Amino acid sequence: MADSTGTLTTTEPSPSLPPLSSTGFARWMWRQFTSMRTALILLFLLAFVSIPGSILPQRGTNPILVEQWIADAPTWGPLLDTWGFFDVYAAPWFAAVYLLLFISLIGCVVPRVGVHWRTMRMPPPPAPRHLGRLPEHQKFTSQQSESAVLESARDYLASRRWRVRISDPDEGAWIAAEKGYLRETGNLVFHLALIGILIAVAVGGLFGWRGNVIVKEGSGFSNTLTQYDAWGGGRFSGPEDLPPFAFTLQDFRVEFDRTEAQLGSPRLFEADIELQREPGAPLVNERIEVNYPVSIAGAKVFLVGHGYAPQFTVTDSQGRVVLDDWVVFLPQDGNLTSTGVIKVPDAVPEVGIQGLYLPTTALDEVRGPFSIFPEADDPSVFLSAWTGDLGMDSGNPQSIYTLETEGMEQLGLRALIPGQTWELPDGAGTITLGNYIRWASFQIAFDPGKEAALAASVLAILGLLGSLFIRRRRVWVRVHTADDGTTLVEVAGLARTEAGELPVEVADLAADLKGKQ
Amino acid sequence: MTSIGLAEASNFAVYATMVTLTFAMIAFAMSFSATRVAAPEGLPVAVPVGVPVGVPVGVGATESLPERGAVGLAPGLRAANIGMALTWLSFVLLLIGVTFRGLWAGRVPWGNMYEFSISSALGILGVFLIWSLTRDLRWLGLFVVIPTLLTLGLAVTVLYTEAAQLVPALKSYWLIIHVSAAIICAGAFTVAGATAGLSIARSRAEIKGTAETGWTKNLPDAERLRILTYRIIAFSFPLWTFAVIAGAIWAENAWGRYWGWDPKETWAFITWVVYAGYLHARSTAGWRGDRASWIAILGLVAFLINYFGVNIFVNSLHSYSGV
Ligand code: HEM
Repeated sequence: MADSTGTLTTTEPSPSLPPLSSTGFARWMWRQFTSMRTALILLFLLAFVSIPGSILPQRGTNPILVEQWIADAPTWGPLLDTWGFFDVYAAPWFAAVYLLLFISLIGCVVPRVGVHWRTMRMPPPPAPRHLGRLPEHQKFTSQQSESAVLESARDYLASRRWRVRISDPDEGAWIAAEKGYLRETGNLVFHLALIGILIAVAVGGLFGWRGNVIVKEGSGFSNTLTQYDAWGGGRFSGPEDLPPFAFTLQDFRVEFDRTEAQLGSPRLFEADIELQREPGAPLVNERIEVNYPVSIAGAKVFLVGHGYAPQFTVTDSQGRVVLDDWVVFLPQDGNLTSTGVIKVPDAVPEVGIQGLYLPTTALDEVRGPFSIFPEADDPSVFLSAWTGDLGMDSGNPQSIYTLETEGMEQLGLRALIPGQTWELPDGAGTITLGNYIRWASFQIAFDPGKEAALAASVLAILGLLGSLFIRRRRVWVRVHTADDGTTLVEVAGLARTEAGELPVEVADLAADLKGKQ
Repeated sequence: MTSIGLAEASNFAVYATMVTLTFAMIAFAMSFSATRVAAPEGLPVAVPVGVPVGVPVGVGATESLPERGAVGLAPGLRAANIGMALTWLSFVLLLIGVTFRGLWAGRVPWGNMYEFSISSALGILGVFLIWSLTRDLRWLGLFVVIPTLLTLGLAVTVLYTEAAQLVPALKSYWLIIHVSAAIICAGAFTVAGATAGLSIARSRAEIKGTAETGWTKNLPDAERLRILTYRIIAFSFPLWTFAVIAGAIWAENAWGRYWGWDPKETWAFITWVVYAGYLHARSTAGWRGDRASWIAILGLVAFLINYFGVNIFVNSLHSYSGV
């Protein structure tokens, strides 16, 4: 980098016209493609194409919002969708930019590795003819002989870990020294580490998997595909790669702030599980907290969410108890206003119920019922009961969290507090709200690339530090016997990059040589 | 001290900082507009200041706005020195404000946007003042104090929140590492944005021939300003890289993935890429001058979008802003 006057630069020549022969043209194209200017443009392009994914909702993180967005914008929505704007970081045009950047990077860095390897084994270049023209330059006379001066200069420089070259007798009497080779090493390590990070990310994507599961207090989970609510794996991972562990959620504790300023902010999440690392292994107690996952056979179990599972007892028209269970309700806001669905296909007639669970109930003319605090201080449930064909026998997969009310008949609406019973109209049965338990949701993830990604990142930082803070510089000492028999000494230095400490180093070297008289 | 006492002391210190900084701004502005007296023939145009006598200095250490001759900038210089002293005082006051805030909350003072903002203001002043120990930066004071005041003003008016405990996702020592690095970067990027902007202004004046008469007359020349910009970014880019990696480690611990293209992560990445572009531009023919300076400003813009835009407007996993 040509920061200060008189330094060498690493500038490339400005682009020349392409040669006409086809191999020459191809080589010219490649040189353009691996030039700094291309790297610069591709870097900007990369920054630019990253932006839409931060503005538009993304399928990977927020699929529901994406569907809403598309529904709200009937012309633009589907168009943006086909162009991949709702999955930007997996879109072909995004991949094209970073792949081009990395091909350019490889084309640029790999040849430099070879060049640098050779430079490191080469002696420093000989002294320029006119040392006096260099920016750092001193001249003085010494009583010592030429060879004594050169010898002290060599000792001085070698002890400070300069690479030293002494002139052959026919080249004149000088020594040349160079230092700071690690700058280029650092730069190459940094760029190669970037490639390493990309590979590690790719390995994680191809061989890794992750899934989400909701577990009620007192219930268990065993690590098989069917137990997950959602699961996704890379191209080279499958259900057979799941380590066979199992756990029971014994207790889940939450605490919320009750001070006015931060009312309802979560303060504590703790899940106690009883874990069996593999079939036949002993049961052990573990605690999972936010920021403190539990590792099992390379996979990690993270606590990512929680909610309420109120208890419902449902009887049908014949008085049979057709359901008596804790039903998972999904939180919709920070105060855990939660929605859930109860489907009772065994009831006669079939009954489906949509519910709104409010841990601390409030009613508002505009908003309707909602919760004002996430703790179950004053719980209630608002129910809407339907009867008709639940469609559970049709064989089509159904979400347990939504009720398809098309073709069903609404029986009525009702609010319940714990202990209350709703007698459904037409003698269709009864619904009783009981107590509640909590559930916790876990993300279970396996990413075989993450250690490599971390190692490459650390290398990248180290390389970067070398590349930015080490300075490549050269010094020369030339001696020459004057007519009066004294020795004329010239000391000079040149910074390949920023001058930095070089003036001090040249001055110190000169002072040392003067002092040796 | 009681908890209420700590809270009041913290707020009081922050307001006091704004007062002293306002005076610092006035002092710097007066110094900045002081007439420049042309250096007498034979004297070097710029004299190294702030470098111990006897230490040989390279091009690196010469600055503008030094003592010129006997009288020279004397009135302006006195004002600049007062500005520096007031800036130090502001730094100490703000340090007290931030520390008391942390003591009051019983945790690191980085739990919401108000706290991030006063800490970032501290970061800006800290980077500037520590840097000013190695060279004369009095000409830069005005352009550092203004963004600091803006940050503090925004903090006490729009972003103010009562202290609260951290939500569980923020309870991690990676938070301390990640955020402290980010706060230093906030300071460094802001200072670099100031020097980059000044280098563009100065370079325009140099081209128009008004460098010695226009408002940029008291600035170092454009090339010098570019070098200073490069130095700060060379310092902060590795630190930002580190901050992003620490954030990724924290995300891996909290959410089970180290990178998820959450808006906050995306803008951290964009900021990083833009500054990488800046460093490349500095070694690309034709890009080294004002274009590189513009990229440095663009980097700051990306950083600010991440800081204000994403915290306030975008629904992100990182929305702990408390506003
Ligand atoms: C993945 C994208 C890339 C990133 C994030 C990146 C980042 C960086 C950074 C931060 C530096 C600063 C180090 C310094 O100033 O010494 C740098 C320097 C450099 N980069 Fe890249 N780079 C990338 C791609 C490339 C490509 C494609 C090329 C090839 C044209 C390239 C060639 C260089 C060169 C030659 C330097 C040294 C400049 C100098 O020594 O002054 N980089 N890069």
